[in-house]
Amino acid sequence: IVTMKAGNSRCAFSLGFLVGSCTLYVFLRQVWFEKSFSWKLDGKSNPAPLGPEQTTPDLTWKVEGSALINLKHPHQPGEDSHIADELFEKVRILCWVMTGPSNLQSKARHVKATWSRHCNVVLFMSSEEDRSFPTVGLDTGEGRDQLYWKTIRAFHYALKNHGDEADWFLKTDDDTFVVVDNLRWVLSNYTAEQPIYFGKRFKPYAKQGYMSGGAGYVLSKEALRRFVEGFSTKVCTHTTSVEDLAMGQCLEKMGVVAGDSRDTLQRETFHPFIPEHHLTGKFSKTFWYWNYCFYPIVEGPQCCSDLAVSFHYVDPELMYTLEYYTYRLRPYGYRHRYQPPVPAVLPLASHTGKPTTEAQRLDERVNEKSVPTNTMNPRAEKVKTTGTSHKVTNAAQGRNITDRSTA
Amino acid sequence: MRWRAGETDSRTDTTFLLFSGCVYGNECDVVASKCEHSSVLLKGLQSSMMSEGSSFMKGMILGGIFCLVMAFFETFNSGTHSEGREHLHHHLKPVSKDELQKLSESQMSDWTLQVRVYCLIMVTPKLLVHWATANDTWSKHCDKSVFYTSESSKALEAIDLQEQDEWARLRKAIKHAYENAGDLRWFFVARPTTYAIIENLKYLVLDKDPSQPFYIGHTEKSGELDYVEYDSGIVLSYEAMRRLIEIFKDEDRCPERGHALWKTPEEKQLATCLKYTGVFAENGEDAQGKGLFNKKSVSSLISDSMGQNPADVVEACCSDMAITFGGMSPSQIQVLMYGVYRLRPYGHDFHDSLTFLPPNDSDND
Repeated sequence: IVTMKAGNSRCAFSLGFLVGSCTLYVFLRQVWFEKSFSWKLDGKSNPAPLGPEQTTPDLTWKVEGSALINLKHPHQPGEDSHIADELFEKVRILCWVMTGPSNLQSKARHVKATWSRHCNVVLFMSSEEDRSFPTVGLDTGEGRDQLYWKTIRAFHYALKNHGDEADWFLKTDDDTFVVVDNLRWVLSNYTAEQPIYFGKRFKPYAKQGYMSGGAGYVLSKEALRRFVEGFSTKVCTHTTSVEDLAMGQCLEKMGVVAGDSRDTLQRETFHPFIPEHHLTGKFSKTFWYWNYCFYPIVEGPQCCSDLAVSFHYVDPELMYTLEYYTYRLRPYGYRHRYQPPVPAVLPLASHTGKPTTEAQRLDERVNEKSVPTNTMNPRAEKVKTTGTSHKVTNAAQGRNITDRSTA
Repeated sequence: MRWRAGETDSRTDTTFLLFSGCVYGNECDVVASKCEHSSVLLKGLQSSMMSEGSSFMKGMILGGIFCLVMAFFETFNSGTHSEGREHLHHHLKPVSKDELQKLSESQMSDWTLQVRVYCLIMVTPKLLVHWATANDTWSKHCDKSVFYTSESSKALEAIDLQEQDEWARLRKAIKHAYENAGDLRWFFVARPTTYAIIENLKYLVLDKDPSQPFYIGHTEKSGELDYVEYDSGIVLSYEAMRRLIEIFKDEDRCPERGHALWKTPEEKQLATCLKYTGVFAENGEDAQGKGLFNKKSVSSLISDSMGQNPADVVEACCSDMAITFGGMSPSQIQVLMYGVYRLRPYGHDFHDSLTFLPPNDSDND
């Protein structure tokens, strides 16, 4: 019995040992497994959880009735956008987007998610009111023949309800992509009190031409006042449903000037088609476009300014793609060929800065070593980058570019 | 002697649980002996049960402790082991902005000179359109770009390797590039269907020493082998090239023409040869962990993101400092050139620590 007792206890001991180790193994397995699984998930191509230094862009809208008021200009982490911020304060733009109930989810939604975030005030104009989107109800029908009615009512609404909140009033379609920061640059050399408007200028049917509706056009506050006045005095009426032509004719009657929106190298900023068509397309000689454009058409890369303002016929996928190209994707350290002049409206202090002197010192040091490689452009030596001579820089660049184009 | 249930016999130190019994004494004899037997039996059972129970408990506790010890030992081991493996499947990121700002200007200009890239673009006449596009666009941003072809074409200039087999062609191209590198220390191998932003490539390798072996791109796994995907471009440092040239001489481990019936893609053959020299694939990604090398086109990536992250399409899609995209048509590439090098919002500056100038002979950037 004693031996049996001893044997039994040994058995019991081993059994216990086995049970204990097995239980704990299974338990640990669960814990480790979970941990390593979560490691695997993090290690994959999914981006790591956003740290404090880079949160998603601020969607700091204030919804006021049917208007989206932008409280803060969207920023990327790591960028110095003080110049863009100053222009945001000084050149206030109200964007109104022509849309309709059936387009809200398919088109207008993407406008709302992308470029319209850079406007000071955004209004989505529809035939019907929609509190949730939000859209303004213009009390019209839908369709091409209603376009001018919608435009007339939209502009009246904007002046009446938001006249004090903006200096410029931009009209676009829901398939137009706009780089609002570049629009501010174009407009910064003018004031809201001048009766002037800008867009992609067409020449027929109106003496001073008119602006293409699809590419978007922007009126100064004075121009808008005169437009509204034209209707109240019956100088302007609903003449035709061809909205952009009718606008041009009314504004011409009211003494509003059709402005030149091209950049300092005479490249267009408002574009009636998508970038691909302008950059690579060869327009057939019989295409109406040739006869419509007020300024000479340039095909190929010089069609479009670096500081392009708008493109038209942009589908949702292209809208996000253009947002990525404009605001996100960039080549590190690249010195752009086109150095735009700083608008006069900005104080001198904002464009004398560290970066230019750093670049200048770098150039000097590199030229000391005098290595003839691609990264060192010998022509850059001529470009003096001091604080007050942005104009000089531009001229030098301008000279370079014109030289190349005559070659 | 009589015992009652629950009493303990001090002699044998056993506790009667069930019933009382008697051992000594005449009247008890017969009963007692019976009792004794049964009680002893029971006693034995009880005691063995007790000792079994306690030894069971002891065994269980000891087993648990043993298991814990083994587990810790194992993770410690595999921890360092997986550390080793993690080190091999490295995630390579660009130098941080803070570190860049700490550097002196002389170091900055040293780095600018060091980080120059030799582009090897592997073309065939079948890909003539893409060849022409690469020639006209991104290849101009390389410090030296050489097209290596399987057979010459009248339309475009290239080094004719007269070799149909892709792996053999790649080997010849690498040898040629190494011999003609001059003082260039970084090499980028791609097909013309890939589009590359060379400035961002330079940014990625800026603080890496090219006299160390580097083999960078978008990494994939095939069994035990980590390799860099060809379609999204391969980056090699000077040292990695040097080791490659050495191992090319070894016909057993790195044969020029395989004897197997099936053909291993050249990207895996490259990885295998490099592995023999102790060089392992590293995945290029940005500070947030987003991949920098893409084999898909921008529109494809955006389209995917619209499906998966409709609330934040652009943020979730692709890196701001992306290096490569693949599968884009020539006109899409012209748009990409415009989008990368020209189109920008006025008033947003980045104050990058380095400056790269535009190439001399192009108008689309």
